[in-house]
Amino acid sequence: MGFLDRFFKEPSWGVHPDDHKRPAADAPLRILPTPERVYMPLSQHVGGAARPIVVVGQKVLKGQLLADAQGNISAPIHAPVSGTVFSIGEVTAPHASGLPFRAITIESDGQDRWIDTELVADPFALAPEDIARKAAAAGVVGLGGATFPSAVKFALGKRLKVETLIVNGGECEPYLSSDDRIMRDFADQVVDGVRLVMHAIGAKEALVGIEDNKPEAIAAMRKAAASFSEVKICPVPTRYPMGSDKQLIQTLTGKEVPSNARAAEVGVLVHNVSTCAAVHKAVRLGQPLVERIVTLNGGAIATPGNIYAPLGTLVTDLLAFVGLKGEPARLILGGPMMGTPLAHDRIPLVKGASGILAFNAAEAATPEAGPCIRCGTCADACPMGLLPMEMAAHIRVEDFEGAEGYALGDCISCGCCAYVCPSHIPLVQYFSYAKGELMAAERVKLRTDATKRLAEARSARIEREKQEKAEAAARRKAEKDAAAAAKAAAAKAPAKDSGQAQGETV
Amino acid sequence: MNENLGSPVAAPYTTTSNNPGRIMATVMVALAPSTLYGFWLYGWPSIYLWLITIASAMLGEAFFLRAMDRQASKALTDGSAILTGWLLAVSLPPWAPWWIGAFGGLFGIVLGKHVFGGLGQNLFNPAMVARVALLISFPVQMTSWVGAAPLFAEGSPGPLDGLVILFKGIPAAFDAMTSATTLGFSKTEMSRGVDLLQSAAHAPALSMIGERAGSMGETAAWLIIAGGLMLIIKRVISWHIPVAMLVGVALPAAALNAYDPAHFLDAQTHLMSGGVMLGAFFIATDYVTSPNSPVGRLVFGFGCGLLTYVIRTWAGYPEGVAFAVMLMNALTPIIDSHFRPRIYGRNRKGLPLQVAD
Repeated sequence: MGFLDRFFKEPSWGVHPDDHKRPAADAPLRILPTPERVYMPLSQHVGGAARPIVVVGQKVLKGQLLADAQGNISAPIHAPVSGTVFSIGEVTAPHASGLPFRAITIESDGQDRWIDTELVADPFALAPEDIARKAAAAGVVGLGGATFPSAVKFALGKRLKVETLIVNGGECEPYLSSDDRIMRDFADQVVDGVRLVMHAIGAKEALVGIEDNKPEAIAAMRKAAASFSEVKICPVPTRYPMGSDKQLIQTLTGKEVPSNARAAEVGVLVHNVSTCAAVHKAVRLGQPLVERIVTLNGGAIATPGNIYAPLGTLVTDLLAFVGLKGEPARLILGGPMMGTPLAHDRIPLVKGASGILAFNAAEAATPEAGPCIRCGTCADACPMGLLPMEMAAHIRVEDFEGAEGYALGDCISCGCCAYVCPSHIPLVQYFSYAKGELMAAERVKLRTDATKRLAEARSARIEREKQEKAEAAARRKAEKDAAAAAKAAAAKAPAKDSGQAQGETV
Repeated sequence: MNENLGSPVAAPYTTTSNNPGRIMATVMVALAPSTLYGFWLYGWPSIYLWLITIASAMLGEAFFLRAMDRQASKALTDGSAILTGWLLAVSLPPWAPWWIGAFGGLFGIVLGKHVFGGLGQNLFNPAMVARVALLISFPVQMTSWVGAAPLFAEGSPGPLDGLVILFKGIPAAFDAMTSATTLGFSKTEMSRGVDLLQSAAHAPALSMIGERAGSMGETAAWLIIAGGLMLIIKRVISWHIPVAMLVGVALPAAALNAYDPAHFLDAQTHLMSGGVMLGAFFIATDYVTSPNSPVGRLVFGFGCGLLTYVIRTWAGYPEGVAFAVMLMNALTPIIDSHFRPRIYGRNRKGLPLQVAD
């Protein structure tokens, strides 16, 4: 790569971290032996938690519905192994807080017997709504990490008449290669899934964006898509965060998603390659989403690579399978740029988990933060065109509205700014903190507004009642006076005319 | 297993190997060739002055950090005080007395940087604060230039003579060395009523190589440009400020020279003399005191160039880079708030883009 390329061919945003993808990406896919127990959380997606429909002690088959979707945005959960429901209790969530959340524990019978699945010979004969329904019933959610229920997105795409489906094979996070692996090993499934999603949303073309550091995946996908002219494989420059939908849309179509709009409103919809493969399985094979490829990588792992594992498998079991060279200094769910730190390894594999990283001490070392030297590197790297150092300067003095003035809400938390910062200032931490504070302030505001509205309504009501009482009293008095006057008038009717009497009463 | 695996900090969990120390070191490497040329051209006194200036800047930094109960060793090794001292030294007359460097280094660090709150907080470029303070307080010493007196050349001061010059002033033996700069000469001549066309014949020669009278490290334009290009390629600085500043000087110079060559120096002379090159690549590009959006940098750079030209042409001083940079430093917060980069999905005014149907 010449230096001219650096100036003209690459996008002006983003960073280029050392990708650490190989040798893990090149190691053949391994299948995890069925673990003894799996812990299937009820919230593995954006939206309402699933509602359990099994009872403790019940025998379940692999793929059997464990918990049903609840609400408009939700997804069901299925048994990843065959066996017995052991308990419905709490496990530690894969979240920085380390707080518990509800999960169904299944003790495996070691047989891995599937439910009877319904094979569909020609899914393209189905109505688009049926594709969405099958994907929803199979619990398919965005597997790139967003875990948004896919069927909801299909419906949105269909309603807004999306023309172009963008398939995200960017996988720009360092260390991760699960999407790479699915494209290399299951390209046909991915391409079939892409075509099913196109059918579901009525798109005319699909652009599969794959970073050019994955030549094997590009070749495999090109071969699989050779006979489908509507599916175009598009290599994109290797640049973090290429796998962020806004940046991928811009790179592939030149379109920009307005800051207050959704991608579908500019005629595109983004789905991840692994999600497409899951749609293929859900629609064509009738198999719910119960397994996934997960990358096990990092300096503390003896044999890094990709593992095909049932959901709900504990990280402990995954680490035991790949072996540890030593005590990991840091465990991360997802990639090093946007992943979630894990407090310990007794945490289940969830639908959105593309990787588990076990860093050794050298990888986990974080340099001490220094003062901002206003070098502007963060602003140059920001893929959204924001000014991280200005936002951080406002947040440092708790001026969250000031940070909002620099469009803090548009920040996608990609971590480019914090990555390039020579002073190692944890900028994303600042922004997450400020976003949380702003959200809390918004909630407080809503509450005080509601209280204020109620209080105002109350005083208005009291005022109204008082007025009504006064009016009623006045009316009564007037009636009484009128009656008295009438009486008086009747008494001396011949003497005075009625006009005068009326004038007195008004 | 270790129970403190993931302290609850936000991602990312990987970071660049870059750090402020490395950035400062890169700038020093880029600055070294022109400085070494200055050492060679002006000999021992300039080397001593350089050392004294840097030492006093570091002393000021250490003293202030200690006074604020901060660890001095860490801040000293990041190189920012050395760089401030260095930039000040190369903008000084090469044979200036020792106390110019000593006072300047202290002044720049203390009043230019620490009273604002230290690294990253200062409004003005510390080296320029010091230079302007020195120029106003000690105009004679700050405008006494010498011609070329290359190291080891016959008639040049040796190591001991250098010390004498530094501590006791320029002895009579080396008096012949003193010389005027092109800008100073033409300004003086103009004030005597001799126009540029007449005075040009006697004017001190300008040289692309850098063999002329001037500040310690500002004469070798080609070495400064080479260092500046290295910084741009290494992405330590962006091209915007240097290019805009050079254009800001060259454009009005070329226009007015075409209009009246008898009263306005040509663009090449303006670019090649004084501190324009050094200012464009090394001084105006100081991170802390320059804007951080590309458009803002262009405005800032052009302003530096234009003000330099205006001061040189119409003001009392023959050279105006330091004043121009400081004036634009003062405008940096305003430029920053006016010229923000366009945000993805928003227009230049910051409003969301319209969805085209």
